[in-house]
Amino acid sequence: MSLLEVKNLQVRVEEREILHGLSLTVNPGEVHAIMGPNGSGKSTLSHVIAGKPGYEVTGGEILFKGEDLLEMSPDQRSAKGVFLAFQYPVEIPGVATMTFLRTALNAQRKARGESEFSTPDFLKKVRSVAASLNIPQDMLRRGVNVGFSGGEKKRNEILQMALFEPSLCILDEMDSGLDIDALRVAADGVNALRSPDRAMVVITHYQRLLNYIVPDFVHVMSKGKVVKSGGKELALELEASGYAQFEDAA
Amino acid sequence: MNVVLAKTETAHAKSDIKSDILAVARDRLPGTGKVADLRRQALEAHERLGLPHRRIEDWKYTDLRVLMREVLPLAGAPDAAALKRAAAALKLHAIAGARRVVLVDGVFAPSLSETSDLGKDIGIRTLHEVLEAGDAALQAQLFSPDNSDAMVALNSAMMTDGIVIEVADNAVVPRPLHIVHIASGAAPAAMFTRSLIRIGRHASATLVESYIGAEDAKAYQVHDSLIVAIGDGARLDHVRLIEDSREAFNISSAVVTLGANAHFNTFGMNTGSLVSRYQAVIVVAGEGSRVETNGVNLLNGRQHADTTLFLDHAVPNCSSNEIFRAVLDDRGHSVFQGRIIVRPKAQKTAAKMMTRALLLSDEAEADNKPELEIFADDVTCGHGATTGALDDSLLFYLRARGLPEKEAQALLILAFVGEAIESIANDALRELASLAAQRWLAARS
Ligand SMILES: Nc1ncnc2c1ncn2[C@@H]1O[C@H](COP(=O)(O)OP(=O)(O)O)[C@@H](O)[C@H]1O
Ligand SMILES: [Mg+2]
Repeated sequence: MSLLEVKNLQVRVEEREILHGLSLTVNPGEVHAIMGPNGSGKSTLSHVIAGKPGYEVTGGEILFKGEDLLEMSPDQRSAKGVFLAFQYPVEIPGVATMTFLRTALNAQRKARGESEFSTPDFLKKVRSVAASLNIPQDMLRRGVNVGFSGGEKKRNEILQMALFEPSLCILDEMDSGLDIDALRVAADGVNALRSPDRAMVVITHYQRLLNYIVPDFVHVMSKGKVVKSGGKELALELEASGYAQFEDAA
Repeated sequence: MNVVLAKTETAHAKSDIKSDILAVARDRLPGTGKVADLRRQALEAHERLGLPHRRIEDWKYTDLRVLMREVLPLAGAPDAAALKRAAAALKLHAIAGARRVVLVDGVFAPSLSETSDLGKDIGIRTLHEVLEAGDAALQAQLFSPDNSDAMVALNSAMMTDGIVIEVADNAVVPRPLHIVHIASGAAPAAMFTRSLIRIGRHASATLVESYIGAEDAKAYQVHDSLIVAIGDGARLDHVRLIEDSREAFNISSAVVTLGANAHFNTFGMNTGSLVSRYQAVIVVAGEGSRVETNGVNLLNGRQHADTTLFLDHAVPNCSSNEIFRAVLDDRGHSVFQGRIIVRPKAQKTAAKMMTRALLLSDEAEADNKPELEIFADDVTCGHGATTGALDDSLLFYLRARGLPEKEAQALLILAFVGEAIESIANDALRELASLAAQRWLAARS
């Protein structure tokens, strides 16, 4: 069974159709890249998969592990294994990162009928993942993302991904705002999580990220649709010729 | 037209409390001679004023003629069954390691109190004792709050019991003193209490006041007041937790005076009662003193809570900081009135006031009335206020990480009130306030 099946998805925001019949199939173990110019609807797709309110699905469906994802609340989707690394992670003053991580992990486990993580196990796990991502301990004591640099916020997203062990990871513009060293650390973190039963959807505007996270499939999005799909060589082609050719095709 | 209106007004004022209430309750009210005279004067003042209503500026948002309508009869002294119900209610709220004095239905309950090993540093007596047989100066101090406020006057007239605490000069009292007000729920009735705490020069102490109801206690009335005198170089940490029954009324007043180089850190949290009013006058009378007065209201249903603070900066080189947070669900109504006066001599005063309200429902209401009256020119004073809803993007982030809606809200609400709770200096008390907030949140989901 496919992990994620998006079929002919049509989505409106404030009376305006943004996605016009988008389809995408992702199997376990695969890494898909979605590329496309700004405004083509990449973030909209990621938000609809994660269950963000404010989007009206007017047609099509999304199946996750064969179940109707659109029927589930965002927290249910998370507990089922959907993870979105946000393009713009929010700051949450007054909620310590450690508290947030533990509350979230235990909420997901509870929803799945699993027992809570014991505190020492949890701490050990967070510390080791944080170390591998160059996240200093004092960052974990601060409010979620409060005072974090752009790169730190992105690494915090990957930390959560590693901790929650989702089966589908959607990374929205993970590379935006990162310098080359930060990008490498983040990409290493992501690559370490590649596994035969986990799939990734890497959304990016630039080909650069795909040098570090090498995809199995590349899809080009334009004006709310997938206009071309191919292997990783498609990304290089885009790098050379730009998106202009697809703007017309859409 | 005006005449008719004025007439109705007077007729109304008379009907609030039976004029023979003193006669009826006389054998329950301690004190004779001068004390009895002062009671009578206070009752007359109350009867002249009647219950406060919306045209009294200070009570604009809390019209007791509409909300409370009448003062209930004085509660009977607790019997064995009442004490048993109170004991059960106390269990959840007892603070480990604290010295505890319990007032059940407005009467000191020695069997539920824990005041062993007081030593020389601290004296604890009941109000009853002091009004019956205390020295005249102390009795006069107990009647010092002035009768211009109708509810203070009523409390002066009717105070039945309470706790008088004296902390000796230079004494450091590490164990918190915990005054617990428990309504036993025998019948809907009113309790009238007044307590006093005097902190000697260079002494320090911690006072916690809890207001709770036994399981069946419902529409009772708490009428309480507190007199605080903090000596030169002394410090008082103070926490009030109102967790009364959700049908109860809690009308409390405080008068606080600080000497020089004194420090008053006070925090109030209101999660209980149907209608509550806390009015405090804080007079900074000695130079170099510091006041932090912070509070949180967590309200839902039809709960109404009014915090009215008056900070009086009379002398130079003092600071005050007020942080106030309200979280309002359903038709909850929170009122914050913060008046700060900086008198001509009070140069170099730093006074700050910040209030924020979080509305969880369209029908909730937050009223905020800051008033700064500044008569000195070399001061830094400021206030700010915000009202808003929970941030949808934060909620979605948390939900996308697996938190169900109520849990996500709870985490954000705790963070919101945390800004005020953080101001509690004492670790154990901060934990206590945090637990009270968590109890409110747990009851919501
Ligand atoms: N909340 C919104 N309200 C109105 N328009 C929106 C909203 N979110 C996205 N859009 C519009 O939808 C289109 C796609 O946006 P988005 O999904 O963010 O694209 P991308 O991530 O590919 O840059 C854009 O034209 C954008 O202006
Ligand atoms: Mg985007």
